[in-house]
Amino acid sequence: MTLSPAEWEAIRLSLLIGLAAVAWILPLGIGVAWLLARYEFRGKALLDGLIHLPLVLPPVVVGYLLLVALGRQGIIGQWLYSTVGVSLPFTWQGAAVASGVMAFPLLVRALRLSLEAVDPKLEAAASTLGANRWRVFTTITLPLAIPGLLTGTVLAFARALSEFGATITFASNIPGETRNLPLALYTLIQSPDQEAAAARLCIIAILIALTSLVISEWLARRTRQRLQERDG
Amino acid sequence: MASSITTLPNTQRLALQVDQQLGDFHLAAELDLPAAGVSGLFGPSGSGKTSLLRLIAGLEKPKQGVMTLGGQTLLDTQKGIFVPPHRRRIGVVFQEARLFPHYRVRGNLTYGIRSLAPQRFDEIVELLGIEALLERMPGMLSGGEARRVAIGRALLSEPQLLLMDEPLTGLDGARKDELLRYITRLTQQVDIPVIYVSHDAKEITDIADHLVVLKAGQVRASDKLGALLQRFDLTHELGGFDAASLLEGIVVAHDEAYGLTHLALDNEHQLVLPGTSAPMGSRIRVRILARDIALALTPPANTSYRNQLNATISDFAILPEAPYTVELHLRIGTFVLRARLTRKSWDEMGLKQGMQVTALIRSVSFNAL
Repeated sequence: MTLSPAEWEAIRLSLLIGLAAVAWILPLGIGVAWLLARYEFRGKALLDGLIHLPLVLPPVVVGYLLLVALGRQGIIGQWLYSTVGVSLPFTWQGAAVASGVMAFPLLVRALRLSLEAVDPKLEAAASTLGANRWRVFTTITLPLAIPGLLTGTVLAFARALSEFGATITFASNIPGETRNLPLALYTLIQSPDQEAAAARLCIIAILIALTSLVISEWLARRTRQRLQERDG
Repeated sequence: MASSITTLPNTQRLALQVDQQLGDFHLAAELDLPAAGVSGLFGPSGSGKTSLLRLIAGLEKPKQGVMTLGGQTLLDTQKGIFVPPHRRRIGVVFQEARLFPHYRVRGNLTYGIRSLAPQRFDEIVELLGIEALLERMPGMLSGGEARRVAIGRALLSEPQLLLMDEPLTGLDGARKDELLRYITRLTQQVDIPVIYVSHDAKEITDIADHLVVLKAGQVRASDKLGALLQRFDLTHELGGFDAASLLEGIVVAHDEAYGLTHLALDNEHQLVLPGTSAPMGSRIRVRILARDIALALTPPANTSYRNQLNATISDFAILPEAPYTVELHLRIGTFVLRARLTRKSWDEMGLKQGMQVTALIRSVSFNAL
């Protein structure tokens, strides 16, 4: 089975948007998860709630809110356009923002659990050995939270890969720019006599999902094995 | 306080005064610890030992307090000074070793190294007997091995002060003795003052030079170990039934045939103890339990007591918690020994303060450290 240019385009865009989404939410997610795992502060519950909103809100609502905030006339969007000349709606970068927001809670949840499981006593021990906070975090906390980091990243990537609602609302369905796999599939389903093409895309989507599941399972098993080796 | 610090030759002296409320527990301690040797921090659980240790390390910030190590102020709540743990240069050996599970032993040891000194690394690894463990993961170490690695890791960070929080906890008898030997050797060879926390009177009298007795968050006493062991009012805290004295002397002879060592306390007084491996001329410390000393009014003949020393009863006390025994101090030359007799012996022998007696000690009752 050879893929048509349109199918390649959809796969390429899905991967591009998915990777870009993970790339921007990863540093932010690590920071936020660390904050939630290690510190008590005012408004912690509120921050926690805000982060989890995309999990419970209809994706269209998230897309609409993004338009309000980041659209050319939006509060932040206006400033972005006038100062750096960037406009996010109707671009693949915009799609990466939308799918990143949708994937963010999945990343933070997994990472936070894993960071909370890291013994603060080890961090205290590292600080008495002369390590400042940054070194403690990068050499002790984060490495010990790698299982959660992997799980969270794979989950977030899978979510961003197949994001539909927020993406179509905020970034629209533009071939070659924002039409990822689910949007391409949706377009085919809407058109008459495209059942065969739709079925092909459907199979591709299943294959991609299965592949990422297998990779994530393999990574998880490898990490577990390495940790068991450590425990002897 | 500043003047008392500047007059001291070694700059690593620790002086502190802290006040900390932790729930129902109130820690109010004032301390001035020597710049060298081992200072024992002793008290029952809940007396504030570990809290005090955490304050010294900077892992906890007291509500109010001042602390200086050498000339450096580490804490002054009034002036708003608080040096964080990673800039204090205070090494800590925690009760549970706390090795980093994702680094090999070698990686754990080098984690805190400030400057490359391969020779020092080798020295400390050898001193602690952990050469064979370097490539292992911490999960594969026994309890005693993990503690030794933790000690090495703390030492290699080149601390100006080393804190040890009950490093023998959870080890069985033989492992405990072995690790204690390593620690003793180390404190003699590495010139860093050590604060050693323990609730075990025997363990702490084995290792400490200076002793701080904590009780309910307050410093009950702080002095040279030998001096505190003599105090009648601390009998209960410092071992009760096992109250003991420490004597130091120089090895002057080994009797190979009978496996005995002769120890000179001064020019006139010698002790005979079970043979030790300490070389001739070396200074060793022996511990003698108060209940292992017998008294006679005149030197007895034909006795198995190998040590007969002329002594003067310099002080005595009958403690309220033990009304049928008498605690006494025996002055022998420049030394003082603690002894304990039954009230009946005391009365029947007609003993009094200032009397000349002969102190009898069996060689086998000595515990060489």
